[in-house]
Amino acid sequence: MTTAMTPTTTRELRYREAINEALRQEMERDETVIIMGEEIAGGAGREHLGIVDAWGGPFRTTVGLIQQFGNQRVLDTPLSEAAFVGTAIGAASTGMRAVAELMFVDFVGVCMDQLLNNAAKMRYMFGGQVKVPFTMLTRIGAGFGSAAQHSESFYSIFSHIPGLKGVAPSDPYTAKGLLIAAIRDDDPVVYFEHKGLYGNTGPVPEEPYAIPLGKARTVRSGSDITLVGISRMTWVCTEAAEALAPEGVNAEVVDLLSVSPIDYDLIIDSVRRTHRLVVVDEDTPICSLASDICARVAEEAFDYLDAPPSRVTAPHTPVPYSRPLEDAYLPNAARVVKTARGLVTGR
Amino acid sequence: MELDRNMLLYLYRTMTTIRHFEERGIPETGQRGMSGSVHSSAGQEAVPTGICAHLTNEDYIGSTHRGHGHCIAKGVDPKLMMAELFGRVTGPNKGKGGSMHIADMSKGMLGTNGVVAASVPLAVGAALTSKLRRLGRVAVAFFGDGGANQGVLHECMNLASVWKLPVIFCCENNGYAESTPVEYALSTARVADRAAGYDMPGVHVDGMDVFDVFEAAGQAVQRARAGEGPSLLECRTYRYYGHTVFDNPLSYRTQEEQDYWRGRDPLLLFRERVAPGGLVSIDELDFMDLEAQELMEDAIRFADESPLPALEEIYEDVYVDYPLDLMRRGINLEV
Ligand SMILES: Cc1ncc(C[n+]2csc(CCOP(=O)(O)OP(=O)(O)O)c2C)c(N)n1
Ligand SMILES: [Mg+2]
Repeated sequence: MTTAMTPTTTRELRYREAINEALRQEMERDETVIIMGEEIAGGAGREHLGIVDAWGGPFRTTVGLIQQFGNQRVLDTPLSEAAFVGTAIGAASTGMRAVAELMFVDFVGVCMDQLLNNAAKMRYMFGGQVKVPFTMLTRIGAGFGSAAQHSESFYSIFSHIPGLKGVAPSDPYTAKGLLIAAIRDDDPVVYFEHKGLYGNTGPVPEEPYAIPLGKARTVRSGSDITLVGISRMTWVCTEAAEALAPEGVNAEVVDLLSVSPIDYDLIIDSVRRTHRLVVVDEDTPICSLASDICARVAEEAFDYLDAPPSRVTAPHTPVPYSRPLEDAYLPNAARVVKTARGLVTGR
Repeated sequence: MELDRNMLLYLYRTMTTIRHFEERGIPETGQRGMSGSVHSSAGQEAVPTGICAHLTNEDYIGSTHRGHGHCIAKGVDPKLMMAELFGRVTGPNKGKGGSMHIADMSKGMLGTNGVVAASVPLAVGAALTSKLRRLGRVAVAFFGDGGANQGVLHECMNLASVWKLPVIFCCENNGYAESTPVEYALSTARVADRAAGYDMPGVHVDGMDVFDVFEAAGQAVQRARAGEGPSLLECRTYRYYGHTVFDNPLSYRTQEEQDYWRGRDPLLLFRERVAPGGLVSIDELDFMDLEAQELMEDAIRFADESPLPALEEIYEDVYVDYPLDLMRRGINLEV
C-alpha cells in the first residue's frame, strides 16, 4: 500500500465528493467490490419510470454509483441492518470485497452481533482460514438537533473489539485515502464519516491513493503541548491552537485518523517534545479512546510529562435535544484552550 | 357500522388536530433551527385516530419517528408537544428528546422512536405486564412498511403469539421507507400476509378511511382484551410530504401518484361519508378545523414563552441513582 505524497493532479473536492470518488475508483479497479445499504441509490425498482439513483445516499456520498456499476454491485437494501451487514460480512468471507453502509452509528445495536461475533472473530476462531475484506461506512457527530439516537460518536466501542479496525477521516484528502485503504484492507474496517464535515472542501489528488491504516498525522507543529483530535475534533484543536498562540502557548495538533490500530508512537514522539497532552474527543469519556491514549502516554512517556495527560470530552450522558444543552454537550475550542492553558501555566 | 355522534366528533377532531399540528408545528420548528429530525405524518391521520379511539390512558402504544399523530391520538397535549419540538423544559421530555422521542407515560405513550421498529418490543413488554398483572390493558406497536423488514419485529410477532400477549402490531404502510418503494423491499404482496407465519390474524385495510381502520382495530383490540392474543393490522396510507423537510419526494414518486392520494384525503373522506347522514354538520367540522388552528397558535405561543433548560439539566435523568460528582468530574460545560 503506497501513499501518493506528491500528487500531480489535485483539485478541490468536498468531503462527500472525496468519499464518492474513493468508492468509484475502487469499484473500477476491482470488480469484486460491491456496496449495499439503505437509499444508497434510492427509488429502487422504479427504473421503468425513469427513476434511478433518487437519493444517491442519505448524504449523497454514493451518488452516481448505480449508473456506472449497475444494481448488482450497488444494492439498495430493505430496512434490515442485521441482514445486510451480516450478508456483506458473509460475502466478504467468500470472495467479494464488500462495503455496507449503516446510516447512523447509533443504529449499530441492530446489527452489532454481526460485527462483534462474526466479522471481528471469524479469522481468529477459524484458525486463520478466512479473510474478511469488509468495510462498514457509518456516520457520527452531534450538533444537528437530532437527539440521542442520531448523534453518537462512539467509535471507542469498535476500537475496543479485537479483530476490527476503524478510521475517522477529518478532511477530503484523508476521506479518500482512508476509504481506499479500508476497502483494500483484508480485515473488517469501520469507516466513520462525520456529519459536520460533508461540505468541507480541500485538495484531493485525482488518482487513487491509500493512506495507511494505523497512522496519525501532525497537522500543526508546536513545542508546548500536544492536542490530539479525532475526526471533527481535529479542527476544534487547531482552532484552540490558534487561540493559544497569542498567549505564547505553542500547541502541536495531531489528527488521529485511525481509531484502530491507534498510532501511539506518533503521539508519544510528540509528547516527548511538548511534555503535555490533551486528547479532544466528541465521544463520552468513560472507557473512551481519549482515556486509552492518556493511559498509554502515562505508561510509556511518564518521565517526559510535565503535566497530567488530560481529556476534553463530551459528558457521560446521552446527547440531549434542546439546543443549549446540545451546544454544551459538544467539546469546543474554549474548553480546549482552558484545559491547555491550565496545563502549561499551572493556572 | 354505526358510530354515535360523540365518536364521530372525536374522530374528526383528532384528525384535524394532527393535520394542523404537522402543517403548523413543523415549519415553526424549522424556523427555530430544529427541523433536521422532524417527520410529518400529514396524510396518515386516520390510522392512529381509528386505532387509539379504542384505547384508554391505561393502554399503551409504541410509536415511530413519524409519531406526532400517535401522540395526539393517544391524548398527549399538543401544546406540550410543541414545547418539546422547540426544546423547552415544558415539553413532556423536558426538551431533551424532541420530535423523535416524545413520551408521556401518563397517557400510555411509550415514546416516538428514532430507531426503526425499536418501539415494537416496548409495546410487547407493556402487553406482558398487563397479562402478568391481569390489568386488562392492551398495547399497540406502530411501525412503517420499512419497519416491517426489521428482525426485531418478526421476533416480537413470534414471541407475542407464543405467549398470547394482548398486543396489536400496526403497520402504517405509506408506500415508502425514505425513498425505497415498499414493493421493492417487501417479499410478500402485503405486510398483513406475514401474520400467517406467526399464527395470528392479518388484516389489510384502507388507511385513508378512518372508519375502515376503526372497525378493524376494534376487532383486534377486542381479541387482545379477551386474552386471545396478538393481531397484525396493515393500514395502507400515504405521507403527503417528503421523508423529512429536506427530501423532495418527486425524486422517487410521481405527481400523479401524489395527486391520487391527496384526492383520498382522510379528512375529506370523512366529510363525504358523514355529512349526508346528518349526524354532524359541515359547519361543525369547519368549526373543529378552526379550533385546531387556534390550538396551534396557542401551542406555539406557549412553547415560545416556555424556558429553555438550564445547563445542569444535561446531567439529570441519565440514571435514577448515580453520583452526580462522578458525572461532572473532569467536565467543564461552562465555557
Ligand atoms: C434501524 C434504523 N435504520 C435506519 C434508520 C433510518 N431511517 C429512519 S426512518 C427510515 C424509513 C422508515 O420507513 P418506514 O418504516 O416505512 O416509516 P415511514 O418513514 O414511511 O413512516 C429510515 C431508513 C433508522 N432510523 N433506524
Ligand atoms: Mg413507510
